[in-house]
Order: sequence, then structure tokens, then C-alpha cells
Amino acid sequence: MQTPLSDIWTWLSDVPDPEIPAISLVDLGVIRNVAWDNDTLEVTITPTYAGCPATSIINLDVETALRAKGIDNIRLKRQLAPPWTTDWLSKDAHQKLEAYGIAPPRPAGGPQHCPQCHSAMVEKISQFGSTPCKAQWRCKDCLEPFDYFKCI
Amino acid sequence: MDPTVEYLLRLGDNALILGQRVSEWCGHAPALEEDIALANIALDLIGQTQLWLGLAGEIEGQGRNADDLAFLRDVYDFRNSLLVEQPNQDFAVTMMRQFLFDAFSALQLDALTHSKNVEIAAIAAKCHKEALYHLDRSSETVIGLGDGTDISHAKMQNALDRLWVYAGELVSADDLDRTMAKAGVGVDLDALHTPYFETVRATLATATLRVPDTDFAHKGGKSGQRHSEHLGHILTSMQWLQRAYPGAKW
Ligand SMILES: [Zn+2]
Repeated sequence: MQTPLSDIWTWLSDVPDPEIPAISLVDLGVIRNVAWDNDTLEVTITPTYAGCPATSIINLDVETALRAKGIDNIRLKRQLAPPWTTDWLSKDAHQKLEAYGIAPPRPAGGPQHCPQCHSAMVEKISQFGSTPCKAQWRCKDCLEPFDYFKCI
Repeated sequence: MDPTVEYLLRLGDNALILGQRVSEWCGHAPALEEDIALANIALDLIGQTQLWLGLAGEIEGQGRNADDLAFLRDVYDFRNSLLVEQPNQDFAVTMMRQFLFDAFSALQLDALTHSKNVEIAAIAAKCHKEALYHLDRSSETVIGLGDGTDISHAKMQNALDRLWVYAGELVSADDLDRTMAKAGVGVDLDALHTPYFETVRATLATATLRVPDTDFAHKGGKSGQRHSEHLGHILTSMQWLQRAYPGAKW
């Protein structure tokens, strides 16, 4: 029996990103498609960064979550093109990231304000941070460093 | 060897050897932020390697995957340019090497997004975004240190003087490059030569560095004919585990 795809999407939107558990894999925009091919569920996943070590964990977590719901035949498909972009983060993801203490990406190129005190007096420390998708910034008012989810 | 496979080895080996080189800094960089940045760049490069070498193995069709190609080939099978195998020396040499590579890589990957091979185009589009980030950072660093203190300027000048003779190989087309460009699969390096040196010279000028007065370019890396003695040492440490314990899994 084929579970409705809307259920699959709901289940997947409960699977947290392994590195930023405040958002789900669906929020992150890496689940590109789900489709039934006879009795096999094909899930199309795109990597965030080519070398992101979370990629294999993401695949494992998707498979584990679907198996727990009784889906036995799963095929994971890697899709490179079009390449992942932060434009694919959901609207919810922006709010969840900010609440978690990570400044969400902005096309303007830097964080709008410090996720802790909301001061706009922020400066870049480094273009690279604790994971490939983040940069390090610092608030000049509360003096706290914070992660910025960088645009790509 | 199938020309497409050999071409992919050039792309993959550049990323692999530079990624391995840069990862040598992990835990040793002059500041925590630099350590993290270098580790991230190494990670991106190793990720790119997996895509390029993975595709090379698929097209080759002899059952070799990206790991087999990375860990079970010897020096003369490698097709990376001489620049990326040059030792780290100090932070100045490392960042100058990175800049000379990034400026090339960003142009090369951008052009490869138009490759007639859709898989190559897809990988290039993915990697190009990362290359632009790398180039941003390495350019900023070269400018900051070049146009910095007397000591940082002298170190960057020394780095440039050492590495300049390795930049030319990146954009010098050989028969394989021309064959692949003609087929619409690879990049026309002759067309990249001018924009590459324009970008590089502009940044170096902003960095107040003096470009060495020579067009000489060491060659033999990407053809595999004359690697420097450094590549063997890289492979010794990189391949040690798989050589000593064949098939060992993480
Ligand atoms: Zn603050």
C-alpha cells in the first residue's frame, strides 16, 4: 500500500537536521522530492555543501524515520543540480534559527541583527564557522559571538 | 585512458591534494578562526574530490570508487597541478597558494557549468559556489597581509616569489585540455589565461605585492610526468592506513 505523499512529507518534517536540530530536514530544503515507484518510495536528497559530513547522517536519519513508520522499500537518490541554496530554507526555518541563536541568512550578505540582543551593531569574525553552512560574527553591543547561516 | 576519466582525475586530484595539504593545518593555525576556516576549506575540497573521483570511477567502469582512486594510486597516476602539492611552509605560503588556486578554480568551475556532460556541469555548479567563498577569503587575506605590516608584507612577497612559477600550469592548455574543450566537455584554458592573470594581478596590486618578472611556468603535474618530490610524501601519510590495512573501514 502506498502511504499518501502528504503523510511522508509530514513525517520528514519531524526529522531534525543532525547539526542544527532546531530545524527539520524539510525546513533545510534538502528533501527535493518524494515519489512512489510501485512499492518503493524514492526520496530525492540534495547535499548542502559537497563535503558536509552531515550528508550521510541525513540519509541515515531519513531512512530510519521512514522505516519506523513502516515503509520498508526506500530508495535514496542524490541530486546535485540545481545546487542547494539558502533560498530553499523554509519561512519557519528563519524564525527557528533565530530563536535557536543562529542569525538566518539574508541576501544582503550579513545578519540583520544579533540573535541575542537584536543590536544591529555586528561584525564578521570569519567567513567560516562551526559547520560548513555557517560564518562567525560578533555583536558589538552585548559582545557575544554568534553563528550566521551564510547565504550560498 | 579515457580522456574524460583523465580529465576528471585532474579536477579530483587538484581538490584532493590541496584538501589534504590544507588539512595539515588542522590544530596548528595561527588563530582559532583561521584553524576553523582552513579545516572548512579542506572539507569542501575533499567533498568536491568525492564527486569528481566518484564520477571518474563510474565512467572508467572498472569498479573503482572515489576512495580506491584516492588511496590506491601512486605518484605517477596523479594528475594534480604542481601548485597544490607545494608544502604549506608558513601561513603566508599557504594563503598565497590558496589564492592562486581559488582564482583559477572559480573561473574553471564557472566555465564547466556549461559542459555538455550534464554530470560534470552539475558537480561544477555545486563546487563553484564554494569556490567563490574560498576566493573571497583568500583574496581578503592576501590583501590584508600583503598590505599589512612590514613583516607580513615581506612574508607574502616571499610566498608569491616562491609560488609564481606554479601558477602558469593551471591555465596552460595541453592536448588533453584542448581535446576536452573541443568536445564541449572541458574548459577552453586558452580563454581562461587572460582573465586568470588579470584577476590575480589586480588582487596582488591591491595587496601592494610585486609580481615576479617572469612567465616561466613549471609543468608536469597535471600530465603526471614530473611531479615534485613533495607528492610522494603527501601520499605516504594520506594513503598509509589503506596501504597497511587494505580495505579498512571507518
Ligand atoms: Zn548582541
